[in-house]
Amino acid sequence: MRYEAPQDVEAAVRILAAEQGAYVLAGGTDLLVKLRSDMIEPEVVVDIKRIAGMKAITAEDGGWRIGAAVSGAEMGEHAGLCADWPGVVEAAGLIGSTQVQGRATLAGNLCNASPAADSVPAMVAAGAVVRVVGPKGTRDVDVIDIPKGPGKTTLAAGEFIASVFLPARGARSGDAYLRFIPRTEMDIAVVGCGVALGLDEAGKVSAARVALGAVGPKVMLVDTAAEALIGRVLDEAALADLAAACSAAATPIEDKRGTVDFRRHVSGVLARRAAVIAEARAKGEKA
Amino acid sequence: MALDDSKKVKNFKVVGTRPNRPDGIDKVTGRARFGADMVAPGMLTGRILRSPHAHARILRIDASKAEALPGVKAVVTRADFGDVPDHVADVMDNCMAGDKALYDGHAVAAIAASSAAVARKALKLIEVDYEVLPHVTDVDEAMKPGAPVLHEGRQQETVPSGMSGNVIARSEFGHGDIEAGLAKADRVVERTYRTGATHQGYIEPHACLATMSADGQGDLWVCTQGHYMVRNVCAAILGLEQGQLRVTASEIGGGFGGKTVVFLEPVALMLAKKSGRPVKMVMSRSEVLRATGPTASTSIDVKIGMTKEGRITAAFAELRYQGGAYPGSPVDMGAMSAFAPYDLENVKTVGWDVVTNRPKAAAYRAPGAPMAAYAVESAIDELAKGFGLDPLAVRLMNGADEGTKASYGPTYPAIGLKATLEAAHRHPHWTAPLGENQGRGVACGFWFNFGGDTCVSLNVTPDGTVTVSEGNPDIGGSRASMTMMAAEELGIPYDQVRTIIADTGSLGQNEVTDGSRVTFAVGLATIEAARAAKREMCRRAAMIWGIDEEAVEWEDGAARPAGPNAGKFPPMTIKEIAAVASNTGGPIAGHHEVTAEGAGVSFATHMVDVEVDPETGATKILRYTVFQDAGRAVHPSYVEGQFQGGAVQGIGWALNEEYIYGEDGILQNAGFLDYRIPVASDLPMIDTVILEIPNPGHPYGVRGVGETSIVPPLAAVANAVSAAAGVRMTRLPMSPPRVLAAMQAAKG
Repeated sequence: MRYEAPQDVEAAVRILAAEQGAYVLAGGTDLLVKLRSDMIEPEVVVDIKRIAGMKAITAEDGGWRIGAAVSGAEMGEHAGLCADWPGVVEAAGLIGSTQVQGRATLAGNLCNASPAADSVPAMVAAGAVVRVVGPKGTRDVDVIDIPKGPGKTTLAAGEFIASVFLPARGARSGDAYLRFIPRTEMDIAVVGCGVALGLDEAGKVSAARVALGAVGPKVMLVDTAAEALIGRVLDEAALADLAAACSAAATPIEDKRGTVDFRRHVSGVLARRAAVIAEARAKGEKA
Repeated sequence: MALDDSKKVKNFKVVGTRPNRPDGIDKVTGRARFGADMVAPGMLTGRILRSPHAHARILRIDASKAEALPGVKAVVTRADFGDVPDHVADVMDNCMAGDKALYDGHAVAAIAASSAAVARKALKLIEVDYEVLPHVTDVDEAMKPGAPVLHEGRQQETVPSGMSGNVIARSEFGHGDIEAGLAKADRVVERTYRTGATHQGYIEPHACLATMSADGQGDLWVCTQGHYMVRNVCAAILGLEQGQLRVTASEIGGGFGGKTVVFLEPVALMLAKKSGRPVKMVMSRSEVLRATGPTASTSIDVKIGMTKEGRITAAFAELRYQGGAYPGSPVDMGAMSAFAPYDLENVKTVGWDVVTNRPKAAAYRAPGAPMAAYAVESAIDELAKGFGLDPLAVRLMNGADEGTKASYGPTYPAIGLKATLEAAHRHPHWTAPLGENQGRGVACGFWFNFGGDTCVSLNVTPDGTVTVSEGNPDIGGSRASMTMMAAEELGIPYDQVRTIIADTGSLGQNEVTDGSRVTFAVGLATIEAARAAKREMCRRAAMIWGIDEEAVEWEDGAARPAGPNAGKFPPMTIKEIAAVASNTGGPIAGHHEVTAEGAGVSFATHMVDVEVDPETGATKILRYTVFQDAGRAVHPSYVEGQFQGGAVQGIGWALNEEYIYGEDGILQNAGFLDYRIPVASDLPMIDTVILEIPNPGHPYGVRGVGETSIVPPLAAVANAVSAAAGVRMTRLPMSPPRVLAAMQAAKG
């Protein structure tokens, strides 16, 4: 196994495109675990951390561009990012332990393509777009279009994600992410739910994106949940409709982590709770 | 050895203080050497090939391709071991399968290679032909007459004919007349409870380094709770003389009973013998979970009658424990301990030992008792609440005391159950207010404790400091405790004594570190060894002074004339006596060898507050207090640590830990992600209250404390969750999906 640390995107793409058993190393919190448990035997590991911009968080068009090697801990210390997209930052901050937080990245979490990835529903709710680089050039892709199924992405050979873009937050809007785990940390989501809301001047929901994780083969954007909220104030009835829409949209499997009934029910519970937090943030309240 | 009268009152200088542990600096700096930390020149990597089937006949093993791979130095299968003595036959079969693989993860072959990469490749080249057989992993299913049978001809005569061959033995304990007692009850509760199998969850995986020389001398470095046991078992399996195999225990990263048996060690020695090279073996976490000691999963029926005043009139339990692929589940200890905290006129327990296609159960902290206590304490709680009675008062009313004939036979000497209940009743925790969706639970627990074969050698160095050699791996701070007891007895400071864990060549036979025996039994031997050294030092002083030995006594680290008639000599300190030892008869030492008896039983009462999320079924532990009798707390911090550790392991067992098997008999959660032990953020600080009711069988009154603490928490948490959720939970773990489903069902 070889280790390469190219200085620019072009060199990285060249190695990734040329070799079958090439793997991208950013934080390595998934890659190293797979290596050690004999799940993969790479020919070459391509460390992208030395490429310019990979460790940067940059303001762009009122939003934020986050390099592919920026860790959850670095996001948590970025005041502007925390103010605009607290739900995404918190979702990234739920991954692994304190030690893992120093390395784990949004891009890696997305490319690992686990249906239970914590940051992915939060990014989908936020309307995040990733910048993909590869042998055929650069393209911008909605986060929801990256996972194809458990462990599989839509990235072509030689491609990798160079950055994640979180758009301008917009006035009177806020986001939140909640997950259910049997413990309090160091665990994997049994259900995850990201909610981003925009309110009009009267306090009614004018824009909504609700995403669920761990209740299907890939993250899902629940349009019916958004429709249940738009044009309404978040009262008990609206929240009940939101919960019902999420429970209905969830398509979970029954496994060691939870039953179908449990996951459906909890999808609704988390959506309600996340929506309440997102609304408070949209109103500028602390939540 | 009886309680020393002078120690009945608190009359200690070192015992009861909280010095730093002698192994502390090495452990916090990373210098301590654990099982995987040892290396040897020319060392090979050993790896094990494991069965992917829950139950399969092994038709053929062809390792020729693996053997031909460059770097492979030895391949071992069961055939290499030949016949082994009967008393280690099951151990052998568990370490390396014979005719059949009996569970997912069962070892079928092993390899020693020049690197981990070669070993990994070689494992894939070993061809095994299996005839897959029907399997059974559930205890109730395994007892059904049509169930797939693991072993023919192992059923004992205690089992009535017509039962499945998987039912190995039946046991029965108790006294009185159950039916007559039930007739006097105002209410009878009869319920079935089930508990999942849990793993001890030690952080350090099993590891060893073996060498075997051509002349039959072997050396083994190993992470274990009992290196003397490892020596004896490995010698029997490999046909060695015990004296030719020297075993050294590494530091140990947790054991909790799971390291009281061998798994890798005989295989490593055989690989070393065949290859002529040192062989190191280290298990992965997945191997630890698939193939080493979980505890039994259980199914338990309880029937208890109570008067409306709270008096138990009859108590019956039938306990079914599956102990994995070989006989010997801890059901007997469950059946003996189930009602041990109570003074009952009519009591009976029946235990069934059952085998299934799971890894062989190993001891786990008070083996068998937590599940029995869970069932019994749940039923008592339900009865007490049904009558509107105070659950602590009900337990006090029925509680065992000095003179009570225990349900398992003996009559108790002085015991501490009621003291723990009274302390719980007085504690502010008991009356603290609870909020919405919150509940409080209490439960009692008991453990026997144990003594056993023990050797200690205490040496006085020429500069008058002291070394203590003992033969029990230190899993809970016992080196500190031995050092303290030696210092106490000799009247010298703690830092003048160093205690080491000696290898098997240095001392006689020592029982495994188990049964909460070490602070009791090794402590007792340490005290006696110190007394022997003191006698010798008094003799030396008498010789120097020219007076009778009997006229010299030992006090505050020095020999002194016993009274005015003995003569007027200034005291001779241990340093002064040691300095001239070469002129007064040679080096000074004391040693003691004993089969320790009189380990006092220990009781605890636990109290816990929980909050259950009504929308998700998730349980949060809000507050937890342990009340336990320690006899005498030698090092209170380590006693508290044992109380807290047992409570936390019990909380994990109650809430989330569980071996999950698929329909295919394969373990679904062989990793710490989905086998959920509690993490620090799941828990509040576990409060502790140490009661000290001296054990009449120990000179300082010490009782073992390591195991009792895991007995009550399953029931205490279950009683609290049941109160908070408003529905009685009868199955562990109380994972969120189960609690939510129970709450939804109760609502209708």
